[in-house]
Amino acid sequence: MSERTERELPAESGQTAEGHESTRIRHRVSRRHDVPTLVARAREGDARSVARLITLVENGDPALPEVAAALAPYAGHAQVVGLTGSPGVGKSTTTNELVKALRAAGRRVGVLAVDPSSPFTGGAILGDRIRMQEHTTDRGVYIRSMSSRGQLGGLSAATPQAVRVLEGAGCEVILVETVGVGQAEVEIASLADTTLVLLAPGMGDAIQAVKAGVLEIADVFVINKADRPGADATYRDIQGMLGLGERAAGDWRPQVVRATAVRAEGIDDVLTAIEKHRTWLETSGNLTARRERRASVEVEAIALGTLRARIGDLKHGTALSTLASAVAAGEIDPYAAAEDLIKGL
Amino acid sequence: MQARIRVVVAKPGLDGHDRGAKVVARALRDAGMEVVYTGLHQTPEQIVETAIQEDADAIGLSVLSGAHMTLFRRVIELLAERDAGDIVVFGGGIIPADDIAELESLGVAKLFTPGATTASIIEWVRANVTTPVA
Repeated sequence: MSERTERELPAESGQTAEGHESTRIRHRVSRRHDVPTLVARAREGDARSVARLITLVENGDPALPEVAAALAPYAGHAQVVGLTGSPGVGKSTTTNELVKALRAAGRRVGVLAVDPSSPFTGGAILGDRIRMQEHTTDRGVYIRSMSSRGQLGGLSAATPQAVRVLEGAGCEVILVETVGVGQAEVEIASLADTTLVLLAPGMGDAIQAVKAGVLEIADVFVINKADRPGADATYRDIQGMLGLGERAAGDWRPQVVRATAVRAEGIDDVLTAIEKHRTWLETSGNLTARRERRASVEVEAIALGTLRARIGDLKHGTALSTLASAVAAGEIDPYAAAEDLIKGL
Repeated sequence: MQARIRVVVAKPGLDGHDRGAKVVARALRDAGMEVVYTGLHQTPEQIVETAIQEDADAIGLSVLSGAHMTLFRRVIELLAERDAGDIVVFGGGIIPADDIAELESLGVAKLFTPGATTASIIEWVRANVTTPVA
């Protein structure tokens, strides 16, 4: 990580003040390859260090294994709550209200808010904070906007590691807001302890409610904008859908709560449902099971990423081109060639 | 994963004219950057804290209220207080030439005035703002 070392002073800026320059030089020293310091300062709640660690994670910095190792001892202490739902359903507004309630209860809160990246340019407008600005200067809250960076499951590839950074920084509750999803983006379920699926009235009938996908991952349904016409019908459709499924004794039955987040109504009910689910997770042994599943998804993703990088490296070597010639010449079949390639990794 | 330039685009103070800020945010997005848009009526404290939490490489401020001297100055001061003077501050608005010179001497890297093209803003950001990762 070379940090901001290459940054030159803007030629036309007139930034020649001694203080400014010396600040930069100090940064060059303190931020370069100094993961232990960043982690130590993040542990003390220093927002800049937390932010920098998340950037390392997002950019797949070579220091990432060191970051992960330094954070490992602090894993598993935070409650991770996911919020997902269609664009405009009220995820950010609900997140804002949940932060407010959790802060009133004295808890340290982290928020990861994911917005989509452009499939054309890779750029992004990250606008979830707009609804959360009242918490910006509260040092008990850390909010980070993340671009999905091309990932299609509702999160970014870096989100699980960013959760670890926030756990390391002492956040007791971490709210993860997905991109506005359609029907099938369900990655959040493997990251969160409790997943909230937000719905709003007027989005479809009872058959929409029994379709596969996002609706299957809810631990809690929040019927937001409950002051609008049709909210009761949506509530009934979801309850009806839940009634159609068979459930063993002791299984979790998703809660359905009504809220009007923009007026801060129903937020206590949402929190109560989250806590109820938390209690069930703990008493049923499912918390450990979920966390192990989360870890296995994480490890698998890292392993796949590493393999992909190594296979990518092969393009620069001769192993792949030799095999490709053999396949093209009909000497061996592509499956055998792939097998050979994997053995050589 | 490739590092991307992250820019906080903010509207400090009381004026509600956010079209310019939105146009710039959109242009930077289309240039492949990650733009954190804060919305209207932000205090300098909120803007600086946002930039720190977001690990922004730059802050772009749009001020059309005439309060640019106060607002830009305060943002620069707060960044220095938070040991975050490496975050590049640029901006735009209806700002007289004399004020531009003074703001630039305070540490504002660049000010764009009415008529500036989005292409010129993108070009300037690319030339003067770098990401933290090689």
